Amino acid sequence: MSFNMFLSMRFTTLPVLFISIILLLSFHFMGCAGSEQIADNETVEHSPDRNLSSLEEIYWARIDSSRMNFTQADVVFMTGMIGHHAQALIMSRLAPENDASRSVQVLAARIINAQGDEIRLMQQWLADRNQPVPEVHIDGLNLMIHMPDMEHNGGGHHGHHDHHGGMHDHSDMPGMLTQEQLEELAEAQGREFDRLFLLYMIEHHEGAITMVETLFNANGAAGDREMFDLASGINAEQITEINRMQSMLEEMEGS
Amino acid sequence: MKKLLPGLLLTFAAIFGVYSCASSDITQQENDQPTIQPLSEIERPSPDPRVGLQAGLFDAEETIWNLNLLSATPPPEAFLGSWGTDLAFKDNYAIQGNYDGFIVWNISDPANPEVAIDFKCPASQSDVSVYGDLLFVSGEGLGGRLDCGTEGVRETVSADRLRGIRIFDISDMYNPEYIANVQTCRGSHTHSVLVDPNDDENVYVYVSGSAPVRPEEELPGCTTAFPDEDPDSPLFRIEVIKVPLANPQDAAIANSPRIFDGLEAPPVRELTAEEQERIEQAREQGRFVGEMMGRERVIPNGMARGFLQRLVSERDGEGEPTAADSAALQERLPEFIDEMLAARGRGSEALGPNQCHDITLYPEIGLAGGACEGLGLLLDISDPVNPVRIDAVADSNFSYWHSATFNNDGTTVLFTDEWGGGTQPKCREEDPYEWGANAIYSIENGEMVFQSYFKMDAPQTETENCVAHNGSMIPIPDRDIMVQSWYQGGINVFDFTDPKNPVEIAFHDRGPISAERVETGGSWSIYWYNGYLVNSEIARGLDIFELVPSEFITQNEIDAMHTVSMDYFNPQGQPKYSFPSSFALAKAYLDQLERNRELDISAINSIRRGVQEAENTNGSAQRRMLTELAGELENHAGSSSNGDKVTKIANTLRDLASAS
Repeated sequence: MSFNMFLSMRFTTLPVLFISIILLLSFHFMGCAGSEQIADNETVEHSPDRNLSSLEEIYWARIDSSRMNFTQADVVFMTGMIGHHAQALIMSRLAPENDASRSVQVLAARIINAQGDEIRLMQQWLADRNQPVPEVHIDGLNLMIHMPDMEHNGGGHHGHHDHHGGMHDHSDMPGMLTQEQLEELAEAQGREFDRLFLLYMIEHHEGAITMVETLFNANGAAGDREMFDLASGINAEQITEINRMQSMLEEMEGS
Repeated sequence: MKKLLPGLLLTFAAIFGVYSCASSDITQQENDQPTIQPLSEIERPSPDPRVGLQAGLFDAEETIWNLNLLSATPPPEAFLGSWGTDLAFKDNYAIQGNYDGFIVWNISDPANPEVAIDFKCPASQSDVSVYGDLLFVSGEGLGGRLDCGTEGVRETVSADRLRGIRIFDISDMYNPEYIANVQTCRGSHTHSVLVDPNDDENVYVYVSGSAPVRPEEELPGCTTAFPDEDPDSPLFRIEVIKVPLANPQDAAIANSPRIFDGLEAPPVRELTAEEQERIEQAREQGRFVGEMMGRERVIPNGMARGFLQRLVSERDGEGEPTAADSAALQERLPEFIDEMLAARGRGSEALGPNQCHDITLYPEIGLAGGACEGLGLLLDISDPVNPVRIDAVADSNFSYWHSATFNNDGTTVLFTDEWGGGTQPKCREEDPYEWGANAIYSIENGEMVFQSYFKMDAPQTETENCVAHNGSMIPIPDRDIMVQSWYQGGINVFDFTDPKNPVEIAFHDRGPISAERVETGGSWSIYWYNGYLVNSEIARGLDIFELVPSEFITQNEIDAMHTVSMDYFNPQGQPKYSFPSSFALAKAYLDQLERNRELDISAINSIRRGVQEAENTNGSAQRRMLTELAGELENHAGSSSNGDKVTKIANTLRDLASAS
């Protein structure tokens, strides 16, 4: 029955017939109180399980192969962005204890939640592709990135400037604060903290946007849909947040 | 066979506790007592059956409440493992976008949707819209090819790449023909089709892109400079494509790329005495003060330094600015500020970026809702190609304004926040209710006034991507009811007639695709179309649901819903629902009087019996009965706390009388 026929029929028939149509349609889920019978499985509109399990096999095979379409530029981006995000966590964790205003505290809490999740997502992305996964260790203002050895997992060593498997030092990435700047932020309180936090976080975010641009300027990069979504998502969200932080700064100016 | 949870059993109980399969005749009750409860008094399933569902791709555990799942159809084999996206509808077809192209489903039989065609043409996200015989598809990712090839594009600069809008001729739904495309600098993440009621020769496509800008070598005029360096930066604008219906292959970007430029800014409040004083103090300290963002402000030191440096280089000088430079800056400050703001796409009066994720156009009420990065905009589109901004709101709880939906009469607008971009789990127990939620605003004299947040609140697991996503209004007369996607948080239906107190009234949820890790999936979009709720499942294909009567919604209200139908539907081009006069409509209104305790129950039941009797007769007897009932109702209007509704029922009955 066509949609339109079905619709027009509904409103030209008597109520009793109308109700029976409804029941026919929904028979496989709702028994009728009057008839006390549950529809049997044959009316359930689902492919047999055998068919579904073969579809599922194809699905997982495709998911696995879709993860093998990546370039070294993608790996460099993900590896670097983990360290980059980790520094944003260090900065944001200062907000509550340094007497930041409510709006800066909300912003910092969002950054912690969002970038923490993104770090996990990027680690998963690297693990899926059998790439070394940087582990993040934060101790106060100190950030340590631990790169396990490719050959024997769990190897490697802690260190502030831990070079491994071609990973570049995270302090060289665009928008990263120096240790002095972090200390300055950690000492600031109240309104001064708000101002510095916004200034430094804007700079930090702009660095992330630069990293996305660098990625997009590499041949074959971001061809993988998870990669593209994450990178363009970081781009859009951080531009949005920069604008928000700029207006917060403008609000503060002059006092 | 599906595993069904107690939620479904509750559904049975709810239905059969209140309704039976017998006819819905009203019988004289011993003593009239209302049986339809106010929304706030209805019990909800507890514990929430959506918590703890077992994982699986096609065999995940499911729970359903106040809905009926008519069909769940896996994607065609060629599209397995690719992501399904947004939906558009035409006649008996649902067009489902996909990262690998699009699928046309024939949904004439909602219990057995059939694939009309699966068209391979990779592009993320393949957001789809229809108009007449045209289908528009968005392409944003780097791997989209002009020739629809699946091999992607390796080079940074390539003549094979498509980022923008593809246009197909769908006069034969089974054989879409690729007829044109329009390239844009950032590609198209989403788009909306604007139909100008005064122009039957063209339609307009508003394109929103959020990915980085492509190289200039690939598409001339695309610069990656930030707006403060280059006023033509594509970073802060919307593209408007004009599509001549007679020659759609001539579609091109119209000459109005900065559609939000020079829009009137929201009114700015007066400065407080403290603010005035601070500005005076700053002046005394030698700081620069100028008109910016609609009011006098102290110019940040960094900005002032930049202006001074510019003056130094203008006179070919070097080193530090002099007192003469400072004096010159006092003179030229307004000009510098205006230039800087214009370059940021703001104009000195404007506020915030003018890049939008999505715009919902509602031409019949002359309004559009723009979800634009950190702002929600309300636009007057009574002249559709020249929108005027009438209000803007920001919300510190909102990360990324994603899309807007108006209620049917345009008094409320609901914005969604796609926090985390949709691929991350944002509905865990620890995620705040107001993050990644809907924000509901009433529209009062052109201003948006915040009322409440609403979020699907059954805690989801770490491996379920979940956040507010796409939905649409369901036409239930006099009620604001919406169906919405929450990715792997499932789908739900909620009533926000009282925008301060939204109430969930139905849901369906599956367990995660994987218990080990986030595998992107769940509902991308669910929309009401001609009586059914059609759900685009990212990984699992297409679901079709129907609403079932429950304590929250009566059979009569559902019957009235079925009197509304559309020839085509693009959710971002919102249509106005209107309800033809019908017995179902009159009975639905009567149910609402009872639910809201707006008229004495014995009066309601007496009218109900009359309406039922009139419906079972015809001709002049029916005409007489209906006219008498209408008169009887008009006498009740004074004793009702909702006289308008009583009058509406009377008018409905008079319409039916003149039609019989």
